[in-house]
Amino acid sequence: MSAATTEGLILDTVEIRRGTETLLALSACIAPGETLSVMGPSGSGKSTLLACVAGFLAPPFSATGRIGLDGADLTALPAAVRRIGLLFQDPLLFPHLTAGGNVRFALPAGTARRERTGLVRTALAEVGLAGFEDRDPATLSGGEQARVAIARVLAARPRALLLDEPFSKLDAAMKDQIRALVFTTAAERRLPVLLVTHDPADAEAAGGRIVRLA
Amino acid sequence: MLVRFAPALAIAVLIGPVLAGIAGVALPAFGYLPALGGHVVSLAPWQRLLAEPGLATSVALSLWTGLASTLIATAIALLFVAAWSDTRAFVWMRRVLSPLLSLPHAAAALGLAFLISPSGWIVRLLSPWATGLDRPPDLLIVHDPAGLAMIAALVAKEVPFLLLMALAALPQTDAGRLSRVATGFGYGGIAGFAYAVLPRLYPQLRLPIFAVIAFATSTVEVALVLGPTTPAPLAVRLVDWMGDADLTRRFSASAGALLQVAVTAAALLAWLALERLVAVIGRGAIASGHRLRRDGPLRVLAAGLALLCAVMIGAGLAGLTVWSLAGVWRFPDALPTRWSLSAWTEASSGTGALVITTVAIALLATAAATLLTLACLENESRQGRAPGTRVLSLLYLPIIVPQVSFLFGLQVLLLAVGVRPSLAAVAFAHLVFVLPYVLLSLGDSWRAQDPRYARVAAALGASEIRIFWRVRLPMLLPAVLTAAAVGFAVSVGLYLPTLLIGAGRLPTVTTEAIALAAGGSRGLIGVMAVWQMLLPLAAFSLALAIPALRARRFAAAWRIAA
Repeated sequence: MSAATTEGLILDTVEIRRGTETLLALSACIAPGETLSVMGPSGSGKSTLLACVAGFLAPPFSATGRIGLDGADLTALPAAVRRIGLLFQDPLLFPHLTAGGNVRFALPAGTARRERTGLVRTALAEVGLAGFEDRDPATLSGGEQARVAIARVLAARPRALLLDEPFSKLDAAMKDQIRALVFTTAAERRLPVLLVTHDPADAEAAGGRIVRLA
Repeated sequence: MLVRFAPALAIAVLIGPVLAGIAGVALPAFGYLPALGGHVVSLAPWQRLLAEPGLATSVALSLWTGLASTLIATAIALLFVAAWSDTRAFVWMRRVLSPLLSLPHAAAALGLAFLISPSGWIVRLLSPWATGLDRPPDLLIVHDPAGLAMIAALVAKEVPFLLLMALAALPQTDAGRLSRVATGFGYGGIAGFAYAVLPRLYPQLRLPIFAVIAFATSTVEVALVLGPTTPAPLAVRLVDWMGDADLTRRFSASAGALLQVAVTAAALLAWLALERLVAVIGRGAIASGHRLRRDGPLRVLAAGLALLCAVMIGAGLAGLTVWSLAGVWRFPDALPTRWSLSAWTEASSGTGALVITTVAIALLATAAATLLTLACLENESRQGRAPGTRVLSLLYLPIIVPQVSFLFGLQVLLLAVGVRPSLAAVAFAHLVFVLPYVLLSLGDSWRAQDPRYARVAAALGASEIRIFWRVRLPMLLPAVLTAAAVGFAVSVGLYLPTLLIGAGRLPTVTTEAIALAAGGSRGLIGVMAVWQMLLPLAAFSLALAIPALRARRFAAAWRIAA
């Protein structure tokens, strides 16, 4: 498998260590629109794997192997230029910005000033939050916050999505809606998705291959 | 990538002046100071120092007042935490004590002096009905030879400090659960705290306590207002010698500055010995298994003492405020018979300049300290690691080495290299003391920020600089402003750095208040003390108001949207 020629997100013999101990080793090729679910108990290194792919691996962790995306080698690139979207179990909306401000923060740097307002409005409308631009994130419900977080991550026009248990803090009814929103959007935009979770229902909803970590 | 150099710069600011200052007294202490004709290394400065009359008494006073006040303040603070943590009284007391922290020592001492002096409020309130006095009694209450008034002021001022330090450290000790476990075995509340929590809490209080010991054994302003005078504690006499018209006295003053370092070091060693002793006794007490369940009276005592500290300072400040507004106030009237703004208006021209100098110095020092702190913390976030405890203990260096010792050496060095006393020089001296407090104040909140926010921002394509300006800084704005207000308050309260590095030519409200204490008009002292309260108060009010304004803007935007 070569990182330089394949479409999608490619993990080429990625091995993550804590100090000298090997935490996990994984090779995978995630095609555009496909989801790979990585399951494992807490402490198995799921979140560390996402940190590695996103470009945030910090001591005491280290990694070998290569990470490729749409034919480019990301391994040596800093996080800010990888264009990989991240969703955590908390929405992590910036509390000092409005819902619209959060989305606007994510718009690519080159976007013209005139276009920005329209793009923010569309992005919020696409997640079912039309007219929410000026809301303070603190006044939103848990489900609404999750939707803003999704609108924000998509506004950056990522080329892949990493999901770190993004549904685990939502209540049951909300969970299904948000899951559906994330996976249909990812499929529509043909984004490779790497999901880590300990909830089998998440992996099932994702509908793709499943890798289990010890 | 300039932030990479911030930690080195901060360490240089913390250590450089202290080391340079000590060198600046160590050389003249052995006769070497070419600028004043000292070319030969000799012990003459020490001989002259040791020949000063009453030197042994001065040293003893410094040790006694410093250790006694620290011991009493620590005991009250710990007893109060042991007896009342996790109660509503505690929350209430915290609110009462927190503002006292930003009050300069000078203002607290002046307030207490007014309260307990023979013509002060306490005697007035008791006269003539209880005491039969219609004239102030001829008693040496203030400036008493044993230094009791000075100890009282130091205790009242340091209890809030130690209490809030203990409060900040408590969450890391798992105090609530440990106490409950002890209570479950039938131990009284105070015993449970002493046996289960204190051993974990104390190590985190040690450096703050050392700072208290260092300040109390070498304070000049509190001693000038309340301390013994014949002879005075060592630090006061040092300042006299340092300013003596006879320049050759600078040599023995330098030797004295080193002696002051030794005195403070001896007090710290004595404290360490005391720690050992308490630990041995404590282990014995734990092994004995006494439950000490009937600690009700002790709890009341703890609350009473802590409250007394707050009331003493509060009443003293109220008294000073009344004095600043008094027209005619005869003994033994409890309040003035005529009120007047003359102390405020009469002094207006001079006072205005003093306030401007105070604010200018404080703003410069605070701005520099805040920028340096932000750069250090931002660098830490980018490197992804926090400094070790060794580096953190460097923060305490300027607070633990006696100010009077290294500032005098710094003054000598600055003059030797041709730096004239100026606003910038004084502000730099203030920075040395302001920086540790700003770093301590902001560091915890900065490190407590969820690192995932920065990750989310980076994954959205934001650069390091953008993450700092748009994510970390705005999210921590309240903490940054509070830290800056702490720095501002510290600067306003600084006496010796202003006096020594400014060579007396840049008076602030604090140095002026102390200068007036030796016989100036009470109305003017009151005005200066009120300014010392108002300036930190204004800084903290701004620190609270600015984030609140932002929140209001948010609320308004939402109303429009909804």
